[in-house]
Amino acid sequence: MLRIGLLAGAVIFAVVYGGVGYANEVQVQVQAPKYQFNKKTIIRGGIFFAQHCLTCHSMKYIRYNRLAADLGLDKKFIKRNFMTPAGAKYLRGMITAMPPKLAAKWFGVTPPDLTLVARYRGVDWIYTYLRSFYWDPGKSTGWNNHLFPGVAMPNVLFSYTGTIDGKGHVLKKATYSPQEYDRITTDLTAWMRYTSDPSIIVRKKIAPYVIGFLLIFTLFAYLMKRAYWRDVH
Amino acid sequence: MSNNRSFWVWINERLPISGFLKASMTEYYAPKNFNFWYFFGSLALLVLVLQIFSGIFLLAHYYSHANQAFDSVQGIMFDVKWGWLVRYIHATGASMFFLVIYLHISRAYLYGSFRKPREVLWILGWIIYIVLMAEAYFGYVLPFGNMSYWGGEVITAIIGSIPVVGDWLVSIVRGGPGLGGATLTRFMAFHVVLIPLLLIVIVVVHLVALHQVGSNNPDGIEISKKLDAHGRPLDGIPFHPYYTVKDIYGIGVFLTIFAIIILFAPTFHGLILEYDNYIPANPLQTPHDVTPAWYLSPYYAILRSIPSKGLGILTLGASIMLPFFLPWLDRCPAKSVRYRPVYFAMLLALATSLLVLGWIGMQPASPALLPPARIALGVYIGFFILLPIISRFEPVRPVPDRVRS
Repeated sequence: MLRIGLLAGAVIFAVVYGGVGYANEVQVQVQAPKYQFNKKTIIRGGIFFAQHCLTCHSMKYIRYNRLAADLGLDKKFIKRNFMTPAGAKYLRGMITAMPPKLAAKWFGVTPPDLTLVARYRGVDWIYTYLRSFYWDPGKSTGWNNHLFPGVAMPNVLFSYTGTIDGKGHVLKKATYSPQEYDRITTDLTAWMRYTSDPSIIVRKKIAPYVIGFLLIFTLFAYLMKRAYWRDVH
Repeated sequence: MSNNRSFWVWINERLPISGFLKASMTEYYAPKNFNFWYFFGSLALLVLVLQIFSGIFLLAHYYSHANQAFDSVQGIMFDVKWGWLVRYIHATGASMFFLVIYLHISRAYLYGSFRKPREVLWILGWIIYIVLMAEAYFGYVLPFGNMSYWGGEVITAIIGSIPVVGDWLVSIVRGGPGLGGATLTRFMAFHVVLIPLLLIVIVVVHLVALHQVGSNNPDGIEISKKLDAHGRPLDGIPFHPYYTVKDIYGIGVFLTIFAIIILFAPTFHGLILEYDNYIPANPLQTPHDVTPAWYLSPYYAILRSIPSKGLGILTLGASIMLPFFLPWLDRCPAKSVRYRPVYFAMLLALATSLLVLGWIGMQPASPALLPPARIALGVYIGFFILLPIISRFEPVRPVPDRVRS
């Protein structure tokens, strides 16, 4: 409830702090993030997600307990850092505490489940999207997005991005440094890439053994073939 | 040992295991000059087995209910132990099945393997290909992502263009006016029972026909015409052990490639598993472009290149049916492309037209792509129309009596 209040406060703040309306004229190119995809960045992104995004967005296919196995975390750590919604259960998925019907009433649409967003949008899209919000007093939330015009989501990261209008003028400086801003967006990207297909961790781990075995098998199969075929002319 | 021996005699008096193994393996003679193109028959069989076994595991965890199908597939990906591996095997297997089959078919085109006396073998093979397309289509709808939904919608709508009974037939196929749970249950029945049974039966008959006429070879000459004193083909070698060990080597290479795809690029940049199919089926939201999987995209390009729906479907049907007539369209005395430079050029044109159509089929619909699609379609159809004329007069290099090793 506190988080919802904070978010609503942020929205009101954003609306009150209105400047002049600007048309959406800046065209954004989808950028590829320069980021590291490893357990450290995934966990950092995950914690940020759990403490900010999970207020509205679920990740219903990600059960909390799988984070222990996939990312090498212990139950206590997961409980403290990831299980933020009221009533979160260790063996259940990451479900937001926000009732979907109320969310739809507040934002116009229910905030989508984000487990698979990296599957259908792609990593580059998420990264660019997070960095393409601008101030638009014409919208009820006060925020719009160059990559997703008319988006219902407000700029939750405004203390990182600062308030920038549609033409790129800075209306209010960011609280955090640009490095911090880049770290947050790339960590979130890494986290969402992980949630869209957690098998990537196991796949990368077993790949050398599986492929190594198959290569040796193929080599022996080739030697056997050559031995048998020696008398065929 | 003697007990084993007597059991072997006992069982063979009642079941001809030994006779079958001799006739189809150890004393079945295949030409000794098989090259790269001859790996894909046994690989297709391997993929069929892989698909059946991975499919059984998927079926154990799949719910064919409109509200649960998508979640159950994600349940396989997220919650079922090694479920992601089985699903990736099945999805990658579908694409690899077509890749292998396309290479297998290319071999028949290259070396004239459809020619007398292998007409029935060729027709059975082409039926397998058509049945496989149906199998892939029904399977594609089952995960009930948004591409499944709209792909299912578009293809079943084709049936609606049949005059008079069209609409009635569509509702029979879909189990209602639109796609839903009733569609999923019947598509699952087709995908899991009817079509695989058909596939297995026709594959067995395809193999029976192959063993009746024997394999063709890259030189396109009959090895059964030159026999030694024992009546064995001079240019033939027993399938077992020679081709069994060679195929095991081929299987090793194939599985290595298969594993690399699954472990490093299981969606293959949207070619094996499309991005939009990770959005649950949504009748109110059309995907950006409804395009089919890569292996069916040439047909989709053909369908879109004709402005009238009825005519488009007829052309599509004709494109799929034309290869049935190949054995009687090719009149050249030589079979293999090795001795037919003009035929080689024609095959290149045919392959190019299919690649162009395949690429266009995967692009968003655009008027700019209509002329190249129509030219490619013309080349494709033209191949079959011109083949009887050109093959009668084309220059032929001297064909040797015996295979070149």
